[in-house]
Amino acid sequence: MTAATATAASLTGIDEQTLPRSARLDHLLIAGLVERNTRVLDVGCGDGALLRLLTEQRGVDGRGIELSKEGVNDCVAKGLSVIQGDADTDLADYPDDSFDYVILSQTIQATRHPKIVLEHMLRVGRRAVVSFPNFGHWKLRLQLLFQGRMPMTGILSNPWYDTPNIHFCTIRDFVGLVDEIGVKIERADALNKMGAPLGFTAPWWVWNMFGEQAVFLLKRKD
Amino acid sequence: MASSETIHADAPVSTINPEDLQGRIVHFPASQPLQMDAGPIIAPLTIAYQTYGELNNARSNAILLCHALTGDQHAANVHPTTGKPGWWQTMVGPGKPIDTDRYFVICSNVVGGCMGTTGPMSINPATGKSYGLDLPVVTIRDMVRAQAMLIDYLGIDQLFCVAGGSMGGMQVLQWVASYPERVFAAMPIATAARHSSQNIAFGEVGRQSVMADPDWRGGRYLDFGVRPQKGLAVARMAAHITYLSEDVLQHKFGRKYQDREKPTFSFDADFQIESYLRHQGSTFVERFDANSYLYMTRAMDYFDLAADYGGVLANAFRGAKTRFCVTSFTSDWLFPTVNSRAVVHALNASGASVSFVEIETDRGHDAFLLNVPELFATSRGFLEAAARARGIAVRTAA
Repeated sequence: MTAATATAASLTGIDEQTLPRSARLDHLLIAGLVERNTRVLDVGCGDGALLRLLTEQRGVDGRGIELSKEGVNDCVAKGLSVIQGDADTDLADYPDDSFDYVILSQTIQATRHPKIVLEHMLRVGRRAVVSFPNFGHWKLRLQLLFQGRMPMTGILSNPWYDTPNIHFCTIRDFVGLVDEIGVKIERADALNKMGAPLGFTAPWWVWNMFGEQAVFLLKRKD
Repeated sequence: MASSETIHADAPVSTINPEDLQGRIVHFPASQPLQMDAGPIIAPLTIAYQTYGELNNARSNAILLCHALTGDQHAANVHPTTGKPGWWQTMVGPGKPIDTDRYFVICSNVVGGCMGTTGPMSINPATGKSYGLDLPVVTIRDMVRAQAMLIDYLGIDQLFCVAGGSMGGMQVLQWVASYPERVFAAMPIATAARHSSQNIAFGEVGRQSVMADPDWRGGRYLDFGVRPQKGLAVARMAAHITYLSEDVLQHKFGRKYQDREKPTFSFDADFQIESYLRHQGSTFVERFDANSYLYMTRAMDYFDLAADYGGVLANAFRGAKTRFCVTSFTSDWLFPTVNSRAVVHALNASGASVSFVEIETDRGHDAFLLNVPELFATSRGFLEAAARARGIAVRTAA
């Protein structure tokens, strides 16, 4: 376990000894936002790594939605309950209040209708956790400024013509959307490339400049 | 207590020889009638079944397979009539996804069938002749009720899994609705919670074809020593088309001629597809009873699980702790994915644990019976994870 993982784990109150070695930092952070023994829907759950972490570490009753058949099969083989589906179309089929948390990890930028997806998340769940790559990071700004081309980084590694990421946003953009929808930000973290929190509170513009990713915990206004 | 010709009730079921082509039979006496949805009872009741593998000491590793419209109990052994592999031999066997080295697998012929379980060919105790159409109309729930009697007889409280495709998948859904605490995991494949109007229409074409055959004789053909083979063959030909897809037909047969260079300008089977369908029809009638075909198709027509629960499908699964793995196929137009999605939505709404995969294949509805690696991968992964959760040990070779 790296020092950074240990830090993230201690920040989130997760037992370091039982952590899988491969646990991603942003997953650990998300796991720390989720209360134990709750009902969780992970939208765009991929191979189920986060869902499994949540099940094993937080004792959640977890469900997933994943677009790719391979991802669904990986999840099913792990014993996770995952349906093949699409965040844009299938969230509408879930009843109100069926989950405590709905998670959208590194996926919102790939949805066709991010606002509608977010609204459904906070209808289906009381809280939503959203993580996304920050298009306002200084490196991306510099790439656009000096090279005059669509930025590409380690996290955002696809060329513009061949990317699932059709709705990039900055941290400021996301805060704007959250305000428009009218939900409450319970917690926000800007993360570095490794997924570790920047670890200081700062105005939005600082995070927007230096955070490579962000994680938001949102709550419906009652 | 039920009596049995082939085994005694107190004999350990693990001594069953899976290669026993005669199959296993259990007779339930008149004191244990089968209550039918249509009103009457069937008594006495006979159930013919097969088993594979061994029941563990905890009796926790039993998987019930539910067969489709024209299937039977011979899921994973050579079929005694046709000499061909069992209908699910791709899926069931040692080391297969439904691993008979690990699980105790049961498959019974459904009520109304024609392979040993009480059906229209069976003797009606009231007349001493075959039931024919005097057998009460059978529903999917009747089939499941009879299967539950068999499971009781085998001394199994909870099935580890109930699995099946098409009409078998309907039984899987009905099992969870009727006996939620008795099903740990469920695998409904290429199925629906209700038969569509189009499918009822196809069913009716098949039935009218049987009934239009003069040899059907109002369903009393056995009394006359004849069988409505032509009508049944045409029913099978029409139905068989619905099990395939346009792509697979085009790919396999196209417009190719059968054993000839050019058309004969007659009504011979010039085209390969015609010859293929005629073959499907003629081989089918050798192993299947025409009245049974009427009963099976009718059972599917009447299936509408939501209707039994106030029109809300989710209520059929309310409170069920069963974990589901729902599978559909992209080219299946008889039970299209939208049907499976409706089941998945209902399961989600009821808070059940459900996984769902739509598998890409051009092989149509029949894909659930065929060598489709993605289906095997999904099923294997689901069952292995469920077995871990149920605490079913991996058996090492003895």
